[in-house]
Amino acid sequence: MAFIMPCDIYASSESGDGELAIKETIFHHLGDGYGWEVPFSHHHRIPLPVIVKDYNGEWHCFSSSRITNGDTYDGFYISHGEEYNGKIVAKDASGNVYRPTDLSITKNVFALFISIAVVMLCVLSVARWHRRNGAKAPRKGLGAIEALISFIYDGVIKSTLKDKAHRFAPYLLTVFFFIFGMNLLGLIVIFPGGANLTGNIAVTLVLAVLTFIMTNLYGTKHYWKEIFWPDVPVWLKCPLPIMQVIEVFGMFTKPAALTVRLFANMMGGHMIVIVLTMLIFIFAPMGAAVAGATTVVSVLFSIFMLLIDVLVSFIQAYVFTMLSTIFISLAQEEPHHE
Amino acid sequence: MELFTPEFGLIFWMFVSFAVLFFVLAKWGWPVILKGIDQRAELIDKGVEYAQNAKEQLDHAREEAEKYIAEARRQQADMLREADKMKTQIIEDAREAAQKEAQKVMDNAKQSIELARKEAEQTFRDEVSAFALDIAGKVVRTQLAEDKAQKQLVNTLLDEIENKN
Repeated sequence: MAFIMPCDIYASSESGDGELAIKETIFHHLGDGYGWEVPFSHHHRIPLPVIVKDYNGEWHCFSSSRITNGDTYDGFYISHGEEYNGKIVAKDASGNVYRPTDLSITKNVFALFISIAVVMLCVLSVARWHRRNGAKAPRKGLGAIEALISFIYDGVIKSTLKDKAHRFAPYLLTVFFFIFGMNLLGLIVIFPGGANLTGNIAVTLVLAVLTFIMTNLYGTKHYWKEIFWPDVPVWLKCPLPIMQVIEVFGMFTKPAALTVRLFANMMGGHMIVIVLTMLIFIFAPMGAAVAGATTVVSVLFSIFMLLIDVLVSFIQAYVFTMLSTIFISLAQEEPHHE
Repeated sequence: MELFTPEFGLIFWMFVSFAVLFFVLAKWGWPVILKGIDQRAELIDKGVEYAQNAKEQLDHAREEAEKYIAEARRQQADMLREADKMKTQIIEDAREAAQKEAQKVMDNAKQSIELARKEAEQTFRDEVSAFALDIAGKVVRTQLAEDKAQKQLVNTLLDEIENKN
C-alpha cells in the first residue's frame, strides 16, 4: 500500500483539495476496484475482465484497462458521482444513469481466486503427502499446515462437537483456512495480495450466511422446539410469543455478529496501517526535519501494526471458526435424559 | 456508504469460490488428512504400548532367569541326595543278598554234612555189625552154645552205643 500511495496522493492533490484526497485514498484502498494497482504507477494497472449485463439483458465482457482511465467503452464508464462512486455505470435509452448487473472480476474477486488457489494448494499437498506416505509425519511447511489442521480439528471442532465432529469438520476447516488465507494475503502490500478482502462486508456476510445455513439445516428437533416452544412459564410464550420473538431474533443476531466481527477487525487493521502511512504526507509540508521524523515513526508503527495484524489474522479466523462450531453445536443438542 | 453495502458481484463470486473450494477440499482434502492423522495417532499409541510391553518383558526375563537357575540348583541338590540314597540302598541290598546266599550255601553244606554223617553212620553200623557178626561167629565157633543169646547181647550193646551218641 505504501508503494502505491504517493501516486494517488499527488494525483488527487492536483485538484487542490488535500483533506478530501486523504479520505478518498483511505477508502479507495479499503474498497474494491477494477484493475489491480502496481507499485510506483497510478496509470498502469493490471487489467482484469469486466463482466456486466446492460438494461437490455445483454452481457458485455471487456478488459478493465478500457475504462480505468476515465474512458467510456460500450457506454460503460466508472462513475465519479455521489451515487455508485467508483463503480461501473451506464446510461439507458432515456439517458438515466443506472447500475448494470456487475459480475466483473474485480480486484477483490481476483484476490478471492488467488486465496482459493493458495488454500487449495496447501491443503491438497498435505493430503497428497498422506496418500503417498501413509502414517509418516510430514516435515517443515507441510508439517506446519498439518499441525494447524490438527490444532483446529482437535482443539475446536472435536472438543465442541464430540462424536458429530467428522460431519462438520470439512465445512469448519474450509472456513478457517479460507479466512486465514484471505487475511494473510491481504497483508501483503503488492500484487498477489493487498486486497482488503475479509475487510469487505460482502465476503464476511457470505461466510456468516453459510454458517447460518449449516446451523439451521442440520438443527435437531430439540433445537427447533427450544426456539418455538421453550421451557419457560406459559405466559411468556402464549398468547404473546415473547420468547419466540427473542429466540428467532437470536437466530439472526449470531450470523450478524460473525459478519461484523470479522469485517470490522480486518478493515480496522488495514485502515490503521494506511492512516499511519498517510501521516507522512500530512506532515510533509512542515519541513524536512518533521517529515523525516514522521516517516521513521510511521514506518516503525506500520510494521508493528502489520505484525499485530498477522496475529489478528489468525485470531479472527480462529474466532470465526470457533463461534461457527459453537453455533452449530448448539443446534445439535439433544434433550437431556434425566 | 460503499464500505457497508455488500456488492452483488462479490457475493456471487464468493459463493461460487467457496462452493468450489469446499467441494474440492471435502472430497480430496480433509477426509484423507484427518484419516491420516488418526491412523498415525493409533500407530504411535501401538508403538508406545509395544515398547512398554517389551520393557516389562525384559525386566521379567532377568527375574525369570534367576528363578530358573535357583530351580536348577535345587533339582541338582535333590538329584545328588537321591543318588546318595540309592547308593546306600544298593550296598545294603547287595549285602543282604550276599548274606542270604551265604546262609543258603551254609545250610546246604550243613545238610549234606548231616547226610554224609548219617550215611557214614549207617555204613559204620553195618560194618560194625558185620565185624560184630564176625566176632560173634568166631566167638560162636569157639563157644557153639547159646548162639542166639550171644547175638542178642551184641545188638543190645550196639543200640546202647548209638543212643549214647
